[in-house]
Amino acid sequence: MGNAGSYTETFVELIRRASTELPADVVAAIEEGRDAEESQGLASIALGTILNNIELARESSAPICQDTGTPVVWIHHPVGMSTRKLKADFETAVREATARKFLRPNAVDTLTGLNTGDGAGRGIPFIHFEEWNEPGIEARMILKGGGSENVGTQYKLPDTGLGAGRDLDGVRRAVLDAVFQAQGKGCAPGVLGVCVGGDRVSAFEASKRQLLRPLKDTNPVPELAELEERLLQEGNELGIGPMGFGGTTTLLAVKIGVLDRLPACYFVTISYMCWADRRAAVSINEGGDVTWLS
Amino acid sequence: MAELKLPVSEETIRGLEVGDFVELSGRMITGRDAAHTWLMEEYREEVAPFMKDSVIYHCGPVVASNDDGTYDFVAAGPTTSIREEPYQADVIGRYGLRGVIGKGGMGAKTLAGLAEYGAVYLHAVGGAAQVLARAIPRVERVFMLEEFGVPEALWVIDVERFPVMVTMDSHGGSLHVEVEERSQAKLRELLDGAR
Repeated sequence: MGNAGSYTETFVELIRRASTELPADVVAAIEEGRDAEESQGLASIALGTILNNIELARESSAPICQDTGTPVVWIHHPVGMSTRKLKADFETAVREATARKFLRPNAVDTLTGLNTGDGAGRGIPFIHFEEWNEPGIEARMILKGGGSENVGTQYKLPDTGLGAGRDLDGVRRAVLDAVFQAQGKGCAPGVLGVCVGGDRVSAFEASKRQLLRPLKDTNPVPELAELEERLLQEGNELGIGPMGFGGTTTLLAVKIGVLDRLPACYFVTISYMCWADRRAAVSINEGGDVTWLS
Repeated sequence: MAELKLPVSEETIRGLEVGDFVELSGRMITGRDAAHTWLMEEYREEVAPFMKDSVIYHCGPVVASNDDGTYDFVAAGPTTSIREEPYQADVIGRYGLRGVIGKGGMGAKTLAGLAEYGAVYLHAVGGAAQVLARAIPRVERVFMLEEFGVPEALWVIDVERFPVMVTMDSHGGSLHVEVEERSQAKLRELLDGAR
């Protein structure tokens, strides 16, 4: 059974894949963007450089970006498995991946300003556990860079300045304002993970979980599917473009989830993921067989 | 696209405009937060010759140390420039810089400094750590490594065809201001439209 062995080696490989190999759907979306931009313009050149960079990183198994971000992982585990053990395995994997230069030492002691040196620290990595009925485990992770994290934000509706009420049109207004405020600073083109509802603890986690979805999937809730589509289009109409150089490729996707809320609260929470939309997933069955997921 | 050799003359720099794509070759220096504070505390004679008529790169690289005492940049994308806004114009004037490389653009004070001293802001592609590291074939020397650590040290580097976009020029032009104004107008239109 899984509890007997260690998942560390598999988790190191999961992290290596996340840091050095961008998912095929993200690459395809960036290629689409490049083809849509005016050729020889700054937007097209920037996207061309990004595509070269993705290829070089994959070939040399080196980090796509020097800011390898915060490892954020959601782990489904079978009944009775020790989450303490899984947590230790994942943290060991982060240290090992840092030693092997798949990750930059990226955890800084907030009080002393000193880098912990091994990639792990208080609250880093961020691990979320959920029990399920399957006999194996599944781990889905993202690497969330700091530049894009700095442009993530939360709105409290109603918002008079935006004319945003407590409904999906209010959500639309808040999200468009967030894309405008971010300009190119989150390393556009970005992917938005949005949570409608929840509180100030749950909503940011839920917004990040949206970033696990494939870019071209369809939201099972029809009105959210429609809003995602509309926001992708209107976000791109803002004309901010890659790196904020101007252009039609500002967003690669918008993904929206919902949590219930208190009567008094209506939050719209936005996590901005940079073009280096690094996600990876693995499933490990009870016999220890590993399957890489997209 | 034009190749630009460093060091570069004021006249050449004043010939550049927002929207130009250039590739830099020659010697430049890196510097971010700690470096800018240090450069302003007093005139740093030891680094001044590496800055005169060249550019400073806002970059916190991942660096490999070789057995023979040399270094290589293994990942070297730009960091956000706006943190240096309080110092940048003065650093340009004091050390005779002709340019600044970073990401995200800078503000009004820097834009005025670019016009006054004859310099440009050059935007590198954020996150393109591998493409940019490969355009840095040689690390010449390093200042303040022990005091500041690897990301914050001032690295003197040789670059070859290092790709950058002119997004702020010496004539008061700023692509960042233009894009922000245009996107703000579009945002108003989308928000004022039918509910």
